Amino acid sequence: MAMKYTEIVLENFRNPRNIGKIKNADAKATEGNIRCGDMMTIYLKIKDNIIKDAKFESYGCAASIATASILTTIIKGKTVEQAEKLTWRDIIKKLGGLPPLKFHCSNLAIETLHSAIKKWKEKNKIKF
Amino acid sequence: MIVYLDNCRTTKLDERVFKEMKSYFTEIYGVPSGIYTLSEKANDAVEKAQMKIGIPINANPQDIIFTSGATESNNIAIKGIAFANKKRGNHIITTKIEHPSVINSCKYLENNGFKIDYLDVDKDGFIDIEELKNKISKKTILVSVQHVNDMIGTIQPIEKIGKILKNKNIYFHVDAASSFGKLPINVKKMNIDLLSISSHMIHGPKGIGALYVKQGTKIEPLMHGFESLSNLRPGDENVPGIIGFAKAAEIAYNEMEKNKKYVTKLRDRLIDSIEKEIPNSFLIGPRKNRSPYNITVSLKNVEGEAIALQLDMQGVAASTGSACVSKTLEANYVLLALGLKHEQAHGSIRFCLSKYNTIKDIDYAVKALKKAYNNILKISMFK
Repeated sequence: MAMKYTEIVLENFRNPRNIGKIKNADAKATEGNIRCGDMMTIYLKIKDNIIKDAKFESYGCAASIATASILTTIIKGKTVEQAEKLTWRDIIKKLGGLPPLKFHCSNLAIETLHSAIKKWKEKNKIKF
Repeated sequence: MIVYLDNCRTTKLDERVFKEMKSYFTEIYGVPSGIYTLSEKANDAVEKAQMKIGIPINANPQDIIFTSGATESNNIAIKGIAFANKKRGNHIITTKIEHPSVINSCKYLENNGFKIDYLDVDKDGFIDIEELKNKISKKTILVSVQHVNDMIGTIQPIEKIGKILKNKNIYFHVDAASSFGKLPINVKKMNIDLLSISSHMIHGPKGIGALYVKQGTKIEPLMHGFESLSNLRPGDENVPGIIGFAKAAEIAYNEMEKNKKYVTKLRDRLIDSIEKEIPNSFLIGPRKNRSPYNITVSLKNVEGEAIALQLDMQGVAASTGSACVSKTLEANYVLLALGLKHEQAHGSIRFCLSKYNTIKDIDYAVKALKKAYNNILKISMFK
């Protein structure tokens, strides 16, 4: 099936930002399911409640890769609370849209980010 | 550079076919049912088309019934036989790796009182003849097995199956959409009662196909209407489509051996090069008894849609059995039926060749695949 991706999605797929691991990351989470062919890991470097660096690894389709690329770009420099407020709809908007069949990819990216932040809060005993 | 390697989905029209069709749009635009010369000419041309398609497969030309394509042919064959023979039995045997038009027709029948057995396949996609024999009962009215699987290229032992069904009062339907014009088919020798064939897989026009129905077969039509050449498929004939299909069939059978030899060389070059350039890959499906036109591989630790899109960016058209391209978000059922793990199916890439591909195409595709694989692997958390 031909996927109608926007130019922003294709550009982020062609040249994905923030690929790889962060050594000594302050937060890290992997979400997704190999059965669905879609898994994502997000690494965060957080200092003074601000996301200083964000990187990702992805086993997934073009939409998944582009979503992670744009998400890690957006959250850099944001406070943890600002990042937490992001929804999958915000990501889709930033990408100029996604085919409905691919909405779950943006959801996975947000889910992985939330999971990483939750772990960071737990580790630092920050109340929710 | 555009390298089209999705010839199991559709093919480019042969220029000779296009030329043959032209006058049937604007000059001989009659349909066979009229009583005047214009219809007479169309009728003669359609009868000649039945000969061009029927004779190479050893079928009586008048037993060739034109349809809109293999999907329609499969629907008529399966439901038509089921409805016409339900008093005799309600049991049908098919396989787990048939085309969706066969599987979904069977599922429809299951909801309407029929019992369907879907045969397992081994890791290369072959059915077990013994299992087939064991499933046959007094209630069995139809066995439907595809000749060549379009996803993995497996060539089923059709002649053997035909021998088992001979003199058993069980109809034998073969979906030959992926083999007609590419491999020898002999409906009499193979004991085939119904054969579905398609035009756009052999460089003919889209929207036309045929169903061979052996004379005397008890079958009901699915559509009812004005009976022109056949009461099994009413309505006016798609004459230009029929003419184009017949020309494509004629060319395909005239050039079959030459094309087979040529394409086999390309196929083996592609398989060997991928094996050499991407050691983290394996060929899906058999090496022996495989269609010369199919190469499907699984790449480790990457997802196929991303690979296919990277190939497209380099001008190579190929497809994947990954869940990410399916509406159900499930990996391709044929690949799972082979016993592949989900991630092996997600990492699948299928290349389907045609007579128009060149060695240059193959070498370029391998280079593009290697680049795509390395790009996507860089992003993957599995290395």
